[in-house]
Amino acid sequence: MSAAGAAGSPWLVNTLVYLGATVAVVPLARRLGLGSIIGYLVAGIVVGPYGLNLLPDPQTVLHLAEFGVVLMLFLIGLELEPRRLWALRRPIFGWGTLQVLGCAAAIAGLALAAGVRMPVALVAGLGLALSSTAAALQVMGERNLLPTTSGRAGLAILLFQDVAAIPILAVVPLLAGQHGGALPWADAARAAGAIAAILLLGRPLLRHGLRWIARSGSAEVFTAAALGLVAGIAWLMQWVGLSMALGAFLGGVLLAESEYKRELETDVEPFKGLLLGLFFLAVGMGIDFRALLAHPGPLLTVLAALLVVKAAVMALLARAMGLPAGERRVFVCLLAQGGEFAFVVFQGATGAGLFDAATGSILIGGVALSMLLTPVLLAASEALSRRTARQDAVPAAAAQAALDEPQDAPVIIAGFGRYGQIVGRLLYANGLRGTVLDHDAEQVAALRRFGFRVFYGDATRLDLLRTAGAATARVLVVAVDDVEQSLRIVDLARQHFPRLTVVARARNVQHYYALRDRGVTLIERETLDAALRSGRSVLETMGWSPMRARQLAQRFRRHSVEQLERMWPHHRDEAQLVALAKQGRQQLEELFAQEREAQRQRAPGGDWQADALANEQAAGRQPAPSNRPPPQ
Amino acid sequence: MAHVLVLLAHPDLPHSRANRLMAEAAQGAQAAEDAADAADIEQAGRPGQTVQVRDLARLYPDFDIDVPAEQAQLARADLVVWQHPTHWYGMPALMKQWVDEVLTFGWAYGPGGTALRGKDLWLATTTGGPESAYRPDGYNRYFFDAFLPPYEQTAALCGMRFLPPLVLHGAQAAGDAELQAHARLYADRLARYPDWPEMADLPACPACSVPSADRPADDPSGRRGRA
Repeated sequence: MSAAGAAGSPWLVNTLVYLGATVAVVPLARRLGLGSIIGYLVAGIVVGPYGLNLLPDPQTVLHLAEFGVVLMLFLIGLELEPRRLWALRRPIFGWGTLQVLGCAAAIAGLALAAGVRMPVALVAGLGLALSSTAAALQVMGERNLLPTTSGRAGLAILLFQDVAAIPILAVVPLLAGQHGGALPWADAARAAGAIAAILLLGRPLLRHGLRWIARSGSAEVFTAAALGLVAGIAWLMQWVGLSMALGAFLGGVLLAESEYKRELETDVEPFKGLLLGLFFLAVGMGIDFRALLAHPGPLLTVLAALLVVKAAVMALLARAMGLPAGERRVFVCLLAQGGEFAFVVFQGATGAGLFDAATGSILIGGVALSMLLTPVLLAASEALSRRTARQDAVPAAAAQAALDEPQDAPVIIAGFGRYGQIVGRLLYANGLRGTVLDHDAEQVAALRRFGFRVFYGDATRLDLLRTAGAATARVLVVAVDDVEQSLRIVDLARQHFPRLTVVARARNVQHYYALRDRGVTLIERETLDAALRSGRSVLETMGWSPMRARQLAQRFRRHSVEQLERMWPHHRDEAQLVALAKQGRQQLEELFAQEREAQRQRAPGGDWQADALANEQAAGRQPAPSNRPPPQ
Repeated sequence: MAHVLVLLAHPDLPHSRANRLMAEAAQGAQAAEDAADAADIEQAGRPGQTVQVRDLARLYPDFDIDVPAEQAQLARADLVVWQHPTHWYGMPALMKQWVDEVLTFGWAYGPGGTALRGKDLWLATTTGGPESAYRPDGYNRYFFDAFLPPYEQTAALCGMRFLPPLVLHGAQAAGDAELQAHARLYADRLARYPDWPEMADLPACPACSVPSADRPADDPSGRRGRA
């Protein structure tokens, strides 16, 4: 209690130390390219009992901080609709089992060979086989890897590990020779009952509850409800002896399809960020340097065995799973590290007397060091893959297809998803071979198989745009999904390649305005034309002639675009005044009102198609039932 | 001040030989005018003149003609030029679509349809076949004039004077020099309008009024457009 003590309320001092260390160290780590996790770990070491000893008790902090992991899994669950989760069932149980058992067997086997007792080797192996869900998902999120194949594979394996941690924890006391007091059957039944209750009752209860709370109209009450919801599920799970994180994940999945998904996300996100930071801080604080320095040999052995053996198993697994070569390194690096569950397992094993204090400390130290090393390894592997990609561009190109050699195509297409592909195929069909960039390695590999010249890369990077030939190309098609990325690409193009004509895909009206603000004129709203086509189909079904329907749709389109252009200069002022949703609705209503007015004004004017239609009707075709019928 | 409005309808202008040169020459006439119109007026001793070229294929690639905009442009014009290649003995579909949609009853013709009265209409067209093909013994079997009555009557119904057309036959086979000369002649005519030698000999536009009885009785909006 060097700093805290009587100086003030310890809670306040602790908070101050935590926030201070975060603010001081994390930006520094990020600036150095090490990522925020390593920043938190280092900050934890600095303020912890083996550093400046400002926060002497990592255990209490860890307790609070675990909630950060719980919130994180809740958010992951929110992103995963049940249907997608169901689609992941095979990777979760198949690859997950393989990963945990494979890594555990390899590590335990090594330990046995080194003369470690069987139970100790087994628990150590199982504990070390687990990876850090928090660290890995954080990194995958930061790098936008979650939607890729390796991201999904990684998530599946991490989810399985979270489930697997529960039986591993249950096995520890058995191996230690103690028999737990409670009957395992009763425990299992209670656990199964809790999960069934969440799955069956969860959705209707949660949704109605949230609707009722949302109707109260108070933002902070909703936030409190969101946090309380997660805390409640976590408590329930803890009570039945299951992983809190698993429960929160299930809760998230149940709410993934509800209308409150986005709201819950925004509310929970900042708490998750801070508490997750606190979690890593606590892990850093928990590293017992005295114990480690006393046994440097075993520590390094554990660390090396952990990283090398796991990396080897993961590399084999990645190959077996058919992950794109470009993503394998990151996948292996992320899952090779130890994880937070290992802390819990080893803490439990030490407590149960299975490990002696030194063994526990060394294993925990090894895991913490592996987590500390992972960002460094990631940075190194990225530098390496960039170098090798450059060196052996030709052999690697078929699989990885990174954009290395400078391109001189007149058209660059950034983003080759559903939108960019249509643009690209039209161009290909007419002999225009554009340079295509996409950041989804799996997508790139697949398209390459179909003979497209697609390159793996992030179009928001200036060097990559330059390699793609932006300096000499005539047209840049910005077809990426993400609005932020789209605007960043446009900004880069405007700033560095002013001669490039930008053809942009707009996700929505706000995006359209943002593109107009940047001087882009060739913008298409992505759903406009398809929706107008559907509108035409409806008009035709209701009795309008196909040509008349086309004409009406085109008029609507012209008005819509003109309207948008008229409102554009004012969009900033309005955005401040009116909530975005309200504004969108108003725009639509205004648009329709204007369109009706324009149609009314045009009505007395002549339509040459009128003749044909009149003849059709004279021939006995039923008149269209509508207050605005097709012209007779 | 005479205002010339050229309505250009070519479905594939970049691959056109004659019409692209002609359009460029017409626009050049305007550019030259813009650059030095004050001196021209003094020397010529007549009011300034503007030539406006509207490339319909570029304005309406989807055939969604903006009728109010087109009518506003027409209202300003003294001479309306239809410049297009001859397709199947008539105008290309986009030009016809323009005629169908823009020349509305009650605006261009019929009761109250006087917006175009007193203006001139000039057809500047090109044909692929040579002049010899447009003869009773040629493969087109008729003199080219035989295909013009729809144009003439369209002009007449709107109260416009149909000026003798400018036709370039055999545009596919014409040499560069011939095309250049034709484009220059075209631009020159546009620039000189209305001081054309043949103007004095042209008869006035015949009056064609559409009796109200020709409108269908069962049409409440009274907007059937049968000429």
